[in-house]
Amino acid sequence: MIDFSRNYFDLFGLPARFRFDPAALDAAYRALQREVHPDRYAAAGDAERRLALQSSARVNEAYRALKDPVARARYLLSLHGVDLRDEAENALPVEFLERQLERREAVSDALAARDAPALAALRADVDGEASREEQRVATLLDGDGDPHAARAAVRELTFLAKLAADIDAMQSGLDD
Amino acid sequence: MALLQISEPDALPAKPLRRLAVGIDLGTTNSLVATVRHGIPVVLPDAEGRPLLPSIVRYGEGDVAVGYAAQAEQARDPQNTIVSVKRLMGRGLADLADARRFPYRFVDTPGMVRIATRAGVKSPVEISAEILKSLRVRAETGLGGQLAGAVVTVPAYFDEAQRQATKDAALLAGLPVLRLLNEPTAAAIAYGLDNASEGTYAVYDLGGGTFDISILRLSKGVFEVLATNGDGALGGDDFDHRVYCWAIEDAQLPPLAPEDTRLLMVKAREAKENLTIHRSAPIGATLADGTKLDLTLTAETFTTITQNLVAKTLAPVRRALRDAGLSPADVKGVVMVGGATRMPQIQKAVAEFFGAPPLTNLNPDQVVALGAAIQANVLAGNRSDGDDWLLLDVIPLSLGLETMGGLVEKIVPRNATIPVTRAQEFTSFRDGQTAIAIHVVQGERDKVADCRSLARFELRGIPPMPAGAARVRVTFQVDADGLLSVSAREETSGTEAAIVVKPSYGLSDADIARMLEDSFRHAEDDMAARALAEAQVEADQTVAATRRALETDGDLLSPSERAAVDAALAETQRCREGADHRALAAATAALNAATAELAARRMDRGVARALTGRQIDALT
Repeated sequence: MIDFSRNYFDLFGLPARFRFDPAALDAAYRALQREVHPDRYAAAGDAERRLALQSSARVNEAYRALKDPVARARYLLSLHGVDLRDEAENALPVEFLERQLERREAVSDALAARDAPALAALRADVDGEASREEQRVATLLDGDGDPHAARAAVRELTFLAKLAADIDAMQSGLDD
Repeated sequence: MALLQISEPDALPAKPLRRLAVGIDLGTTNSLVATVRHGIPVVLPDAEGRPLLPSIVRYGEGDVAVGYAAQAEQARDPQNTIVSVKRLMGRGLADLADARRFPYRFVDTPGMVRIATRAGVKSPVEISAEILKSLRVRAETGLGGQLAGAVVTVPAYFDEAQRQATKDAALLAGLPVLRLLNEPTAAAIAYGLDNASEGTYAVYDLGGGTFDISILRLSKGVFEVLATNGDGALGGDDFDHRVYCWAIEDAQLPPLAPEDTRLLMVKAREAKENLTIHRSAPIGATLADGTKLDLTLTAETFTTITQNLVAKTLAPVRRALRDAGLSPADVKGVVMVGGATRMPQIQKAVAEFFGAPPLTNLNPDQVVALGAAIQANVLAGNRSDGDDWLLLDVIPLSLGLETMGGLVEKIVPRNATIPVTRAQEFTSFRDGQTAIAIHVVQGERDKVADCRSLARFELRGIPPMPAGAARVRVTFQVDADGLLSVSAREETSGTEAAIVVKPSYGLSDADIARMLEDSFRHAEDDMAARALAEAQVEADQTVAATRRALETDGDLLSPSERAAVDAALAETQRCREGADHRALAAATAALNAATAELAARRMDRGVARALTGRQIDALT
């Protein structure tokens, strides 16, 4: 049975850092699922199967939260006791917002023109900015940086991830 | 070990009992049943040695024919001979864009469409159950005993209504369903285990009536589905129909009678199959009014008239890759599944898209049933040392709730690995609101009207509070079988409500009960004997599992805990000798309860073992 009070990093035996080895996470994830997945308890009793279901769902949730950089950053902030939902401190820098507004317009134009290559180029552009932002988040979260200072960077990263997901949905729409 | 000998003088054979389990591919065009024999998955043929069962049911004068016998009559009796019933599963008449293509007398009943036959009005569930029953009898005859369980495959892109309809059909056919398994995943298991593959693979599955694409990562015996997508109404049938339309246009035929429609559809299919190896195919037929048809379809024409169908399969492929965060070049191999993938233009399109020829070194008709048999064997509890693999599957479509303004709030996104538990908080909308309506929906669209409604329930008895003060936490849980349960709890008062989701538009429980009763009245199945047999299988499994647990981890129990487990074990074995299935079921349940603590401690031990060698100091 999984200790539900343990944090996600502990669960996988990984250090609680933003920068980490994805292969180590994948390997630990597979090793844990091998132990707790309900299909491993197909021949077991109800009690064991119920435990397996809860544990396996927990491991899936933990994996999802650590695999994705935005979710991982937000989770690390929550471990540091920083609440991202605090609206008062959530204002994004004006120049960042201006840049994203321009980008949104370009995305809308590309969608209206059903221009798949242009959308793909914009998506790559967002990816580029997101990975630079990830570097910043890593420095702030993993170094001696103040987690409160990391909050702004994580907010920007979240914003970029949302934009990337929106572009993906548009690209899927164009596929039909 | 010594402990075991003392407490179990009358021990059952040390080897766990082998339970008969099968995998069933319930296809649009053909169905198959397979099992694992001596560690090797094999398809079970019929008495004449034929592996396939055409998915065709004919309601004759006082009898029901299934398979080849029904197929032989289809052109003569099209309105009572049902083909491609899979396309109707879980669908209302309004859902069927192509209803006019079928020569049936449809009855537009609420929920699922039905068909008027000479044997009465039949639902797609009942018709599918005839196919499944035929396969069950084939398996029980071939294996010489009652089946402990079956894994039935469904297209990955089937929604809840279609899955529930399939489960209902199995229930009606007297098949204990271990799991519904996604067809491309089944194929990947068969392929991956057979080829000891590692890396990222795509499974391109074009069946008779459905298209699925799944992207999987195979690593050290773990099959991880990364993304799945598809089209629930696109398959080989549509290629036949294009040929049919082409023939009508080319020969300038007037609207056809049902018999002629079916005849020409059969000829169209033959021509399509011919073009797999030949450059041209003849289409010859004599219609009811004596009109003679003599056409030739070339491979070029066939490719031209079907090119948008081929293109239509590539859109879901792109979507699945995008969801998995991969490009075509990341895919190491493409496994082709389904008879329709034999078409040369499909193979060419897939090769061009992925930049590599697809893998065709396995029988595309059989691979799904073989994979299902492998999974059935494990789920029936027959896992042996060689079966050290694990499947991590996903849900194909997002699950969510209706919020204000008819909008959908997604709770579990598509492609989430199951089992999964997600919770979200909602609040009240009006002052003094004492009840909240929970409407569970499935789909990718933002508006409730564009998604499938799965279930509705209400959380009542919330104490009156100002709008926005109530905190309702709604939890979605999807288990490893893909079964969804939803619960809601108002946090400040502790008011709770929960539901296990069964789609509201399928058959009602009363419908199923009635059909079951009908089928039992006609068959010789003895329900009490069946119940006892099932309870015995369950008891044997629990006893065997408990003994294995005691043998490997008996040291985790104190002497008094051990005594309690031993007592429950003895009671179960005592009831096992009797004929009272209720007493046996109760004893088995008590044994399960008595071993709950042992189960938890064993899992602790397993988890600790999994992380050994990795950051031991991080474990508390």
